[in-house]
Amino acid sequence: MALMKVIEGSMAVAEAAKACRPAVVSAYPITPQTHIVEDISQMVADGDMPNCEYVRTESEFGAASMIQGAEAAGARSFSATSSQGAVLMYEVLFAIAGLRLPCVMAMANRSVSTPLSIWNDHQDAISARDNGWIQLWAEDTQEAADMIIQAYKIGEDHRVLLPVMVNLDGFLLTHVYEPVELYDQKMVDEFLPPYKPLYALDPKNPVTMGTLAQPEVYTEARYMVHDAQLKAKEVIEEVADDFRKKFGRYSGGLVETYKMEGAEVALIAMGSIIGTMKDAVDEMREEGMPVGVVKVRTYRPFPVEALRAALKDTKAICVIDRSISMGMEGPLFTDLKAGLYAASDAEVLGFVAGLGGRDITIEDFKDMAKKGFSRIKGERVSEMEWYKLDTDILPEGI
Amino acid sequence: MVAKEKLTIGLVAKPGGTLNYHTGGWRTFRAVINHEKCIGCKRCADSCPDGAPYECAHDGKKKKFCVDYDYCKGCGICAFECPVDAIDMVKEEK
Repeated sequence: MALMKVIEGSMAVAEAAKACRPAVVSAYPITPQTHIVEDISQMVADGDMPNCEYVRTESEFGAASMIQGAEAAGARSFSATSSQGAVLMYEVLFAIAGLRLPCVMAMANRSVSTPLSIWNDHQDAISARDNGWIQLWAEDTQEAADMIIQAYKIGEDHRVLLPVMVNLDGFLLTHVYEPVELYDQKMVDEFLPPYKPLYALDPKNPVTMGTLAQPEVYTEARYMVHDAQLKAKEVIEEVADDFRKKFGRYSGGLVETYKMEGAEVALIAMGSIIGTMKDAVDEMREEGMPVGVVKVRTYRPFPVEALRAALKDTKAICVIDRSISMGMEGPLFTDLKAGLYAASDAEVLGFVAGLGGRDITIEDFKDMAKKGFSRIKGERVSEMEWYKLDTDILPEGI
Repeated sequence: MVAKEKLTIGLVAKPGGTLNYHTGGWRTFRAVINHEKCIGCKRCADSCPDGAPYECAHDGKKKKFCVDYDYCKGCGICAFECPVDAIDMVKEEK
């Protein structure tokens, strides 16, 4: 029987990773990811993960390289990182995707220096969106843990063969204590069979991985990764359905909608702020305002069709980004507008909010949604806003 | 028309190796050893990054060295190291 326990989000992720029986776990500690790998290293040291080697490395670059090597040799692997650590992994993350190695990594989302901040936003993962990794985004700790298990099944599917990053908000999820339903090992084993690599390094049957690609084949190699990303959409939905059948929860898939029936305004975002948004929507619905929430669970591949379907009857869409593409706008805002282009007449408003751990409250979301209604009425509302930017503290001339 | 070779997932390929791939084709200059001057000291072979010089003859007193042009990239280290200036770097005519 599965066991409901009140545990820290990091421990829930560690328990999920353990249940997937990785042969190699390698990581370098960084706030706020530390507890995840600390818990796993404890499990390994205690003998609770007998067939797993925990490899300590000198840096995140080393940790990423370690899981790359493990997967190339045909072993299931796990890592976790955050912020600067993810940035240091950057080169290897591209290599892992290009080599089509289905590594799974938890990303405890945190802002990226400079200025230094240990608090949550989404800049670390968002800045890694183009490297070929599938990106899943969790709203709560149960979802984060469930997504780890689904991530292996998605990535290791031979239609996909791509690495998967499971994003959970630093501190807000990694350090929160919530009831989490833990896993019966037998059920996980039935759900997730051992990893069967398409190719693996073997001295008896040598192969070359990571070859040079001349201009005649490079484009095709990149296209193959893109094609796998697109095919992953179907696999992600399948795996979420399989997971529900096995464990009784739907905690994956591409998008989730909340109170979108008859919604004129939709709030759309990723991560733990969705919970606050749902509370805001509950209050507004009681006040008679037709508002709903669209949660992006999968950011890469970007679920264009699912979003078009979810947002087809809305008149205004408020996109909240906890990151910024400098010199442009919030990346989800850009992606959503591109995805809806010529498919929707809805007004789309972008809000950059919650950077570097700044709180976003129920009142803030209600305010954003109200701006959506104002826009529908034709009132002047800026299309892209740095939400609650404190202009009083900006220097003269800015 | 010859059928094009299909790519594999992740571009996994047969193991590469210089047994089949001759890197000497990158060369602009070729090292030419003058056997009249060569004293067989083997310094050219020891200093070569590719191990291209090899023992190829003996005049009764001294070993003589030749260069394997499948691998000589023309870097000129051997010519620099040769104690009797027996090695000339000759421009390749292509």
